[in-house]
Amino acid sequence: MFPKYDVIVVGAGHAGCEAAAAAANLGSKVLLITMNMQTIAQMSCNPAMGGIAKGQIVREIDALGGYSGIVSDRSMIQFRMLNKSKGPAMWSPRSQNDRMLFSITWREMLEQTPNIDFYQDMVKGLLINDRQVHGVITSLGHEIQSKTVVLTNGTFLNGIIHIGEKKFGGGRVAEKPATGITEKLVELGFQSDRLKTGTPPRVDGRSLNYNKMEEQPGDPEITGFSFLNIPKPQKQKSCWITYTNKKVHDILKTGFDRSPMFTGRIDGIGPRYCPSIEDKINRFSERERHQLFIEPEGWNTVEIYLNGFSTSLPEEVQYEALRIIPGFENAKIFRPGYAIEYDYFPPTQLKYCLETKLIKNLFFAGQINGTTGYEEAACQGLMAGINAHQNSLRLPPVILKRSDAYIGVLIDDLISKGTQEPYRMFTSRAEFRTLLRQDNADLRLTELSYRLGLASQERMDKVIEKKQSVERIKTILNELVIDAEELNPYLHSVNSSSVSEKQKAQKILLRPDIELEGMMAHLPRLRSFLSSFPKETIEQASIQIKYDVYIEKEKELVQKMNQLEDLEIPENFDFKKIQALGNEAREKLTKIKPRTLGQASRISGINPSDVQILMVYMGR
Amino acid sequence: MKSVIWEDTIVALATPPGIGAIGVIRLSGKKTFEIINELFPSKNFAEEASHSLHVGFIKHHGEILDEVVVSIYRSPRSYTGEDVVEISGHGSPFVLQQIINACIENGARLARPGEFTQRAFLNGKLDLTQAEAVADLIASNTSISQKAALHNIRGGFSQQLKELRERLIRFSALIELELDFSQEDVEFADRRQLQELIDEVDKVTTSLIDSFKLGNVVRNGISVAIIGKPNAGKSTLLNALLNEERAIVSDIPGTTRDTVEEVINIDGILFRLIDTAGIRQHSTDIIESAGMQRSIEKMKQADLVIYLFDVNEITTQELGEIKNNFSIQQSRYLLVGNKIDLVSEQSAREKFSEDPEILFISAIKQQHIDDLKERMVNTVLEGEVQTESTIVTNARHFHALRQLRTALGDVKKGINDKIPGDLVAIDIRRCLHYLGEITGEITNEDQLDYIFSKFCIGK
Repeated sequence: MFPKYDVIVVGAGHAGCEAAAAAANLGSKVLLITMNMQTIAQMSCNPAMGGIAKGQIVREIDALGGYSGIVSDRSMIQFRMLNKSKGPAMWSPRSQNDRMLFSITWREMLEQTPNIDFYQDMVKGLLINDRQVHGVITSLGHEIQSKTVVLTNGTFLNGIIHIGEKKFGGGRVAEKPATGITEKLVELGFQSDRLKTGTPPRVDGRSLNYNKMEEQPGDPEITGFSFLNIPKPQKQKSCWITYTNKKVHDILKTGFDRSPMFTGRIDGIGPRYCPSIEDKINRFSERERHQLFIEPEGWNTVEIYLNGFSTSLPEEVQYEALRIIPGFENAKIFRPGYAIEYDYFPPTQLKYCLETKLIKNLFFAGQINGTTGYEEAACQGLMAGINAHQNSLRLPPVILKRSDAYIGVLIDDLISKGTQEPYRMFTSRAEFRTLLRQDNADLRLTELSYRLGLASQERMDKVIEKKQSVERIKTILNELVIDAEELNPYLHSVNSSSVSEKQKAQKILLRPDIELEGMMAHLPRLRSFLSSFPKETIEQASIQIKYDVYIEKEKELVQKMNQLEDLEIPENFDFKKIQALGNEAREKLTKIKPRTLGQASRISGINPSDVQILMVYMGR
Repeated sequence: MKSVIWEDTIVALATPPGIGAIGVIRLSGKKTFEIINELFPSKNFAEEASHSLHVGFIKHHGEILDEVVVSIYRSPRSYTGEDVVEISGHGSPFVLQQIINACIENGARLARPGEFTQRAFLNGKLDLTQAEAVADLIASNTSISQKAALHNIRGGFSQQLKELRERLIRFSALIELELDFSQEDVEFADRRQLQELIDEVDKVTTSLIDSFKLGNVVRNGISVAIIGKPNAGKSTLLNALLNEERAIVSDIPGTTRDTVEEVINIDGILFRLIDTAGIRQHSTDIIESAGMQRSIEKMKQADLVIYLFDVNEITTQELGEIKNNFSIQQSRYLLVGNKIDLVSEQSAREKFSEDPEILFISAIKQQHIDDLKERMVNTVLEGEVQTESTIVTNARHFHALRQLRTALGDVKKGINDKIPGDLVAIDIRRCLHYLGEITGEITNEDQLDYIFSKFCIGK
C-alpha cells in the first residue's frame, strides 16, 4: 500500500508542515502522517504570528524558502511592525491571523507541493534496526518504510488537559492524545520529561462592550513577512486592550483550592514568561491589574481570543471573574481555558542537525524538544526537514551558526544547554541581534538555501537585485552634497542643529534624530535620485549606514567567537580521559558531546579553564 | 584538523614572576616582528635570520628601558609555530613589566594562562604527552590565579565591583525587558538611574585604574615592618634576614639601603623591609615613648608586621596586650620570640604555651631564620597580603579596566544622544564583559533569570 519514502514526517503542526515542505522541495519523497487531516497547521493557542524575536524567525524561515511567512501574509487580518521607535534590531513584524484561513492556506500549499503524500493515522512505534530508524508503525497496523523519520508530535504525547478538578487525555481540546510513542522511545534509551502550557478561554465577540476598551489598530501600511510579493489585505481588523482589577483577582483566588496548578496535580513545568493568570496573581500579588488583549480569531467569526488570561481554573470561576473585567460584563464563553501537560524529550539528546544522537536518521522538531511557540516549532521543522533530506542522500548536514540566524541561536541553546521550561525566543538570547535583523534575513540566508536547492531562483534574483541597489543608494548618499540653504529648513523642522556649509547626505543621515524617509520628503534633489528604488531597499541602505558603528562592533565579536567556533571536536572524543577537567565538566561534556569548542564553552557549568584544557587536549 | 590562524599577537613573561638574574618576555603572533622593530629600532628583524641573537636597547617613548638580548624564531620553527621573539632582560619586575606594557601599546595583548601552549598544541608543535602535562599545569595555574585575582584587588574593591556588576546586570536586564516585552505593561529602565549607576561604576573604575599604576604595584612588593622594644634584637634579625640575600638585593629605584628600606627576595616574592635605617640608628638609645610612636607609624605603613621580642624579658601579660593592640590596628602580624640561644627553646615554648603561633628564633645564631622566611612567604601565598606573583593578573585587570572605561564612555554617550535601548545594550554588554573578566563570568541567563524573577510578563 505504501512505497518506501525518503522522509516520513509525523505530525502536521507548524514543525511538521515546514519539515514536509522543505524535504519535498529539495526533492525527497515525503509522507506526512497526521492524526486528523482537518487540523493541519492549527494555531492551537493565539491567532497570531511573529512578534518580538519571533517575527525575525518567520522572516528567516521565509528567506530560507519555508512557507510560514507566505501563509501568514495570506491569512493575516492585521499587521504591525513592533518597536519602530527602537533600533532596527528590535523591529519585529507581527500579524493577527484568521485561524481557519491560516490552516486552509497551509493545507493548500502543501497539496500543491509535489512529492508530498498525506495519510491520516496515529504513529505508535518506529521501525528500528541496528540503532537506525527505517520507518514507522501506525495504530492501524501499517509498517511504512522510509530512510528518515521526523517526529513533530507537539503537545500530543500523553497529553493531559486540566480544567479545574477535571482532567482528561487530549492533545488539544476535543482532540485525542498520542500514546505509545514516548514509551517506545524510552525503551530505546531516550530520556523524557513533562512540561505544561495553557491557553485562555475563547469568548463570543458579540457579547463584549468595546467602548470600555482601548483600540489597537494595524499599521497603515503592511510590510508583511515574506520577501516575495504576497498580496496583502486591503482592510484590517483591530485588537482591543482592557485590564483585570482587584475584584477579578479576588474571584479567581476563590478557585485556587481547585486549581490543578496549586493542588499539585500538574507535574510539568510551565513557562515563566507566559504564565497563567492565576500564576500572575500569585507571584505578583502587589500588582492590582494585568493587561489583556482581545484578539479577533478571523474575518468571518465572532470568536475572540483573550490573550493574557490563560487559566486552568474551574469553568465557573473563569466565567465569574471574566464578567468583572471592563467590557466583559455580559461576556459569553465559547470554550473555557485549560492547561495541558505533555511529554518532551530534553533536547540535549540531539545533534546540531536535529537528528537524535541515539538513533540514526531519526529527527525531532518542535514542542517535542521543549520549545513553545509556532515560530520556534516551524523553524526547527524546516531545519529537520532539510537535514532529513540531506541524510537520506548522505549529504552533509546544514547547520546555522549563532551569528547566522535566530534559528542558529535557538538550536544551539537547545542542544547545548537543554531547557527546563518551555523555551521561547527572545532578542536578548541572541548576542548578535544587531546583525540578525528582520530586514536582512534574506541577505543573510537566501543564498545558502538557494545553493541547497530550496530557495527559488525568484528569491535569489531578488536578493541580488536588493544587494546591488543598496550599494547604489549608499554611493549616492555618500556622493550627494546638499547646500546649507536647502538643508537648514529641514533640519530646523526636526529640531536638529543647522549646518553652516554644504554637507554630504550621508553625514546628515548619521545624526540620531534624522530618518532617510524624512530627508527624502524634504530634499527634492535627494528624492529625485532615490525615488526609483523600492522602499524596502532604501530602508536597508539607511539601516546599514546609520547603524554601521554598532554593526561593526558586533562583527568584531563574531570574529572573536568564531575562532572557537571553527575548532571542531572529533566525534568520538573521550572526555572522561581528561583528568584535568572537573567531574561535573567531564559528565556534562560526555553527555552533550559538543561539536566545537565554541559550543563546549556555552554549556552551563563549563568554565573558561575547562575550555583551555580541551583546546590543549584536542586534536590529532 | 584545520590550522588555526590567530588574529592577535600575545605577550607575557615566560620566566617565573619575581626577581631573578634575568627575565624572559615572549611575544608570539602575526605582529611580532612589527612590534619588536618598534621597540628595538637599531635592527630590522624582518630581515634577520631565524634562530639568531641580537644585543641592544629596548626603547619606548624615546627612553631606554633595558639592555636586552632578543632571540628570533620564524614561523613555523618556533615554540608556538608562529613568529616568536624572546626578549631576555635584566630581572627587575618593574622593568620587565614596562617592556610588556610597551609591547601592548604597540599592538600585542596579554596572553592568557597557557595560551602559548594552546597555540603550540593547535599548530601541532606539541605531542599529546607534552600537552597533557601542560594541561594539568594550566588547570592549577588558573585556579590559583582566579583565587588570587579576587584577593588582590586592593581595599575591598572586588566586592564593590561585584556589587556594581550585579546592579549593572539588573539594569541591563531592565533594558532587555523593555526591549523583549515592549508590548506588555511592564516597568521600564529609568535612564537617569542608569546614568547615575554608570557614573558610579566609572568612578570606581577610574580610581582602580589609578591604584593599579603598574609600576607601583611592582615596586611596592610586600612592605614589612620589624618592630619591638629596644634590645629585642631587631637589627640583628635584619642582618640575619639580609645575610644570604645580600647578593641579590635589588636596587629598586628610589630606595637605597641607607635611607629607608632594604628589599629581599624570598622564593621569588619581594619583601620590602621598611625603616631599616631607623632600626639601625635607634636600636640602642631610643627613648621608650618615642619608640612606641614610631612603631605605630610603621605598623600603619606595613602590609606585614614582624613583632620581635626577647623571650627572657617579656611577660605573657605584656604579650597579650600587644596582640590586642594588633587586632585593634587590624594589622597582619607574626609574633617572633628571639634569643632562644640564652634559654632553651623548650622552656620558651612552655612559657608561651598559650600562644602556639609564636615562632622562636635566635637572630644572632641564625636559628630558625628559614622557618621565619617560610612563614612570611606563606602569609603572602594565603592571599592575605598583596603578592608580587599577581602582577600579571593585575595587569590583565588593568587592561580590562581600561577597556571597561571606554565602554562606559560609550554608554554615557549613548544615553546622552538618546539612542535606542538595543544599541545602548550593546555597550552595556561590553561593560559587563570586561567587569566579568575581573570578577568572574557572565552569561545571558543572569539577565533572563532576573527578568523572570522580578517581573510579571504577560504573553
